[in-house]
Amino acid sequence: MIELSGVRKAFNQGRPNEFWALNGIDLNIAPQQATVFFGPSGSGKTTLLTVVGCLARPTVGRVRLKDRDISGLPERFLTGLRRRTFGFIFQQFNLIRGLSAIENIMLPAYPLGGDWRELKERAEFLLDSLRLSHRRTARVEWLSGGEQQRVAIARALINDPEVLIADEPTANLDTALSMEFLGILETLAGQGRSILLTSHDPLVVESAVVRRVVTLRDGQIVGDR
Amino acid sequence: MLFRPAIIALLLASSANVAMVLGAAPFAINVIRHWDIRSGSERQLKLERRTYLISVLLSLVLATQLLSLLLFVFNADKMAPMFIGAMCAAGVLNVNAYGYPALMAQIAVFFLAAVWLAINHLDTLAPDYPLVRVKYGLLLGMAPALAATCVLEFLYFINLKADVITSCCSRVFAANVKGLTGDLTALPPQPAMYAFYGAMAAAATATTYMARRRRGGYVVAITSLAAFAAAISGILAFLSLYVYEHPNHHCPFCVLKAAYAFRGYWLYIPLFAATACGLSAGAIQLFARTPSLRDAAPRVAGRLAGVAAVGFALFTGVATFLIFHSHLILIAGVTP
Amino acid sequence: MRIWIEKQKYLIDFTISSLARRKVKNVGLLCLYTLIVFLLASVMLFTQALRREAAASLAGAPDVIVQRMVAGRHDLIPPDYIGKLGGLRGVRKTEGRLWGYYYDPFLRANYTVMAPPSGGEDGVSTGQVAVGQEVARRIGLTRNAKIALTAYSGETVWFTVAKLLTRESELLTADLVLMSEEDFRSFFGYPAGQYTDIALTVTNPQEVHNLAGKIANRLPDSRVILREEILRTYESIFNWREGVVLMLLSGAVIAFAIFALEKASGLSSDEKREIGILKAIGWETGDVIKMKFWEGCLISLTAFLLGYTAAYLHVFRFAAALFEPVLKGWSTLYPDFELVPTLDGFELATLFFFTVFPYALATIVPIWRAAVTDPDSVMRGSL
Repeated sequence: MIELSGVRKAFNQGRPNEFWALNGIDLNIAPQQATVFFGPSGSGKTTLLTVVGCLARPTVGRVRLKDRDISGLPERFLTGLRRRTFGFIFQQFNLIRGLSAIENIMLPAYPLGGDWRELKERAEFLLDSLRLSHRRTARVEWLSGGEQQRVAIARALINDPEVLIADEPTANLDTALSMEFLGILETLAGQGRSILLTSHDPLVVESAVVRRVVTLRDGQIVGDR
Repeated sequence: MLFRPAIIALLLASSANVAMVLGAAPFAINVIRHWDIRSGSERQLKLERRTYLISVLLSLVLATQLLSLLLFVFNADKMAPMFIGAMCAAGVLNVNAYGYPALMAQIAVFFLAAVWLAINHLDTLAPDYPLVRVKYGLLLGMAPALAATCVLEFLYFINLKADVITSCCSRVFAANVKGLTGDLTALPPQPAMYAFYGAMAAAATATTYMARRRRGGYVVAITSLAAFAAAISGILAFLSLYVYEHPNHHCPFCVLKAAYAFRGYWLYIPLFAATACGLSAGAIQLFARTPSLRDAAPRVAGRLAGVAAVGFALFTGVATFLIFHSHLILIAGVTP
Repeated sequence: MRIWIEKQKYLIDFTISSLARRKVKNVGLLCLYTLIVFLLASVMLFTQALRREAAASLAGAPDVIVQRMVAGRHDLIPPDYIGKLGGLRGVRKTEGRLWGYYYDPFLRANYTVMAPPSGGEDGVSTGQVAVGQEVARRIGLTRNAKIALTAYSGETVWFTVAKLLTRESELLTADLVLMSEEDFRSFFGYPAGQYTDIALTVTNPQEVHNLAGKIANRLPDSRVILREEILRTYESIFNWREGVVLMLLSGAVIAFAIFALEKASGLSSDEKREIGILKAIGWETGDVIKMKFWEGCLISLTAFLLGYTAAYLHVFRFAAALFEPVLKGWSTLYPDFELVPTLDGFELATLFFFTVFPYALATIVPIWRAAVTDPDSVMRGSL
């Protein structure tokens, strides 16, 4: 489904502090599978996630999404593709303070300009399935950590993406909440979605839902099982 | 003279526009030289990011130019009481040698701006920005035109002197005046009407055909330009006479006055909009063969042609209405 | 098309909530913006109203005034001149006028003294005067009060105030004193049959220039003043004054633009983070720019409406207290009059150019800078 060939990514290119976060990645990600990118900090796993998730373009190399070469796509079209295909859950949740839970959830769909009623219904449905209906109008900064994460998950799902991407999802959670999160992941995997994670949490890496672990070091893949 | 608010506003807007376009010129050169959509290098990413800025800036500049044309003419009309002999914009523009050239330059920039905005829009519809070099090349070409307009405006306004006696429109737009305006004004009404309606029909047909069939952009552009010329000639030759109900009042500016219920706006706005759309549709046709624009180009061109068709129809309809509702009888058989 | 409209609705919705979330900064900006609009609109509305007032007042002035010149200076009209002009084709009415100035050393002010045509509605009897509102106010005159004027001969002449001139005509009559022709001639020592100038009413105003030519031919030592020339002069003066004030205010506009620029550039970390999040969850640069554009629009429109309304009230309810002195001109005797409210699309458009355009210009680059935040910067935590 997602194919990377010879992908390299540089930051501060041409300057003294030039840094290559990815150094030649060849990767094939199959659909309907949960994959973890594992490695120490600085290994390039977050960067790899951004390239796979079309958040960033590779400096060198090709990325194919469902047999379509997207490496040369400008931001407009990349974003359009990304919106339809990927849903993101960030390590810090990154919810917008001052907005309610339901408003945060609906945000990614705004640029699509769809029917407001339909959008609201979908958001309510997601809130319901994640047991957050009673908190729909509460401002996100008043929610507990676990609740915030579930809002983040709902937001990632609003456009019904095929692939869910999560960056260090359990880094800010205790064990109980981490287990809860993994349970949600299992449900989503059961719905036929692909899941991509970065983590160095053994709880995640060794969980039943994860089918494949890709290990990175210094911007290169050193293990794939 | 220079201290009239509208004049200050016009000059400020003009200078700001020229400054922005000149400021964008180095970027344009950069794009033409280094643009490579398939590259993921930081330079390319920077260029892509910057096109957003330049695009927005230029849209603002060109939209302002469109409004400036209106304000320029309106202001000229309002200043008429300040000049001996001037009764409308015609006289005010005639106060010095720069008035009419400034107006012509503004009109030219108006059309160039419209075409550029259309091409810019089309370019954003394809994933590979196929027209980016064309767009910025055109911009570099337009910069001198914009600068010239600004300079002409400055010269015109600075040289506005109230103690100069200018000519009333009846002197400027009279049959015995040498030059193009005189020739157009002297056209006998009946042949002028035939030419007018003929050109309008051609433009309306071409634009409607393109709106339906998405083909024929070049014909649309040519007929639109011809229709514009025919419309202006028509206004000078006979239409204004019907509006003023006076066999010798040919002025194309007095129609804008309140005394004539601002009928001029009903004529000029659809005409200019239609011509701009028609020219843009033709310009887009140039790029219809570009692979990534195979779908988008005909669609956009078709829509523009549709707007042009409506504009020309509206203009012709208003003109015909004015002719038939006038108490003037110029041609036997054409009576109210 | 519907999708586009829906999308704009969403963006506007988000914009409003975004503005509300940063009340302090936005209210500050709005206040300043409103102030700028208020200042500029006040000047423009005031001058426009004055222009109209002047034009309306001058509508009653004679079409042509003929004065006699001796060695380049204004001299008295000899008795036969009126007869010479009466025969001209195109002249409907010829009238000799008597008027002059009287300097009051106590008020240090000049009154305009005039003898209206006898039998007219402004006529006064011998020994009586009609005075303008400002003269009356300054001296404290009411009906039947007495006023003493000193002639050049040294003689003091007492007059009774028969009436006060109307408030409606104050712009032109504030410093006016009307007296009978007999009193005027005896007070100023005007020889019988001579006049200050001649006022002509023409049949066809379009022919006024031709007529001026004929008069100049018939009376080579005359100076012909046309009403439209007076109007033009007023127009020029008003324009000039308005322009000067606007140029002075341009400093304020520039300061405002700089302020707007800084406010837009100095995005708080919160705002930066928000935009980063929007980019990451699927908003394009274009969407962020549109959202910021709506923000600018909403602020501009609100400021424009508030500022313009405040200016309207300032000028037409409170008589433009802030600008009066500069725009009206100075004089010791100042008319007190009410301006007629006017609304002019052209002025609105010009005001728009002066305020919204600089604001838009000042904020484009900072908006763009914020909008091109890399979507992956949120992931990388570099916000």
